[in-house]
Amino acid sequence: MSVPHALLALLSEGPKYGLQLREEFEAGTGEVWPLNVGQVYKTLGRLERDGLAESEGGQDGPQKRYRITAGGREALAAWLRTPPDLTSPPRDELVMKVLVAARVPGTDAHEVIQAHRLYLLELMQQWTRLKEGEARDDLSLALVVDAELFRLDAVIRWLDTADVRLARAAAEPTPPPPAAAPVPQLRRLGARR
Amino acid sequence: MSRPELSRAEPAGNGHSAVSVLELRDVSKTYGQEPDEVHALAGVDLSVRAGEMVAVMGPSGSGKSTLLTIAGSLEDPTSGEVLVCGTALAGMPEDRKARLRRRVIGYVFQDFNLLPGLTAGENAALPLELDGVAVPKARAAGLAALEALGVAGRASRFPDQLSGGERQRVAIARAVVGDRRLLLADEPSGALDSVNAGEVMRLLHEACQRGVAAVVVTHDAQLAAWADRVVLLRDGRMTGQTTRPPGPESLLVPREIR
Repeated sequence: MSVPHALLALLSEGPKYGLQLREEFEAGTGEVWPLNVGQVYKTLGRLERDGLAESEGGQDGPQKRYRITAGGREALAAWLRTPPDLTSPPRDELVMKVLVAARVPGTDAHEVIQAHRLYLLELMQQWTRLKEGEARDDLSLALVVDAELFRLDAVIRWLDTADVRLARAAAEPTPPPPAAAPVPQLRRLGARR
Repeated sequence: MSRPELSRAEPAGNGHSAVSVLELRDVSKTYGQEPDEVHALAGVDLSVRAGEMVAVMGPSGSGKSTLLTIAGSLEDPTSGEVLVCGTALAGMPEDRKARLRRRVIGYVFQDFNLLPGLTAGENAALPLELDGVAVPKARAAGLAALEALGVAGRASRFPDQLSGGERQRVAIARAVVGDRRLLLADEPSGALDSVNAGEVMRLLHEACQRGVAAVVVTHDAQLAAWADRVVLLRDGRMTGQTTRPPGPESLLVPREIR
């Protein structure tokens, strides 16, 4: 979440005070991303330094009103069209856990997967309750909730796939080990990923 | 920000009785003969209360649909007991079972199955008319069901004069018309896009909050997440279920502690 650009977006509607920016930021993200006031002023100070926003009047602190500059508008437009960096996969803790579960002797990887699957479903139920209630009349919140539900759904689908792959690997007869460097079957599976 | 009342302390938080509308006790279903037996269900225990929506999730071949046909009394289990509203189905004469299916159980189909030659009102009233309820009384109940789903104004339209969303609502109205207590749905959102599929689940969940019990079979986690409880099925066995999740409040950071 880029706080500077979110604040620029709010300022693009007209000049605003710091506290007002915080409130509008939270309302605009369905209150899912809280923002403290210190963070707001720090960011505004940086925007001012970089010439992307400017303050009105001489007073400091809450009395100060900020407005976007022409440079700020350009920076915002450029940011909106720049794809976020999705090229390298994040180091996913759950992926690590499943890979480890598949290798640790005496661990039932299926049971590990099931525990995570249930937890994720419960999380999805919570988000759905939010969608059923407050997000009905709150477009920003509905968009945020949908994004979260799709993300969690994708994780569950990956778990389902991992479950099937591991079951298949366990059912297959172990292939004869390569002559040079014998590797355990699960290591091979992990390495192929 | 106002927080809606989302307590799930009682079944669906709506104060309906905790009596099981559907109860499966150690239910197994085996097809075929040895050595080619297929165990579609193996020792399933499931209890669904009034006001509760349970989603049954599992890969294809996990026994989801078998569970639904047995719950709907369309098939008998090989062993175990099925109780609907406290009455055991075992040994019940076929005509009584048929009456139970017509009066107590509502079905929601994948493609909604509205009869094209009947109006929305006639479609909604159909299960009651088939059950021998006098036409004016059945139509009044049909209209009440349409009303609850917000489509009473469409009662005299034919299915092809309705939008997709309105057809969903009429189909759900037909499933809950009269005094139906148990709603059974097999992939109820069919091939709908995700927004409309979610809308079907919202309507089913609202129907539960008015007091019916529902079992919804789906392979889609986003749809299952609408339920009060998600039950996982695999190779005919229940492998786990969600415990009652806390309210969504925990997802939001309370203002006071910032």
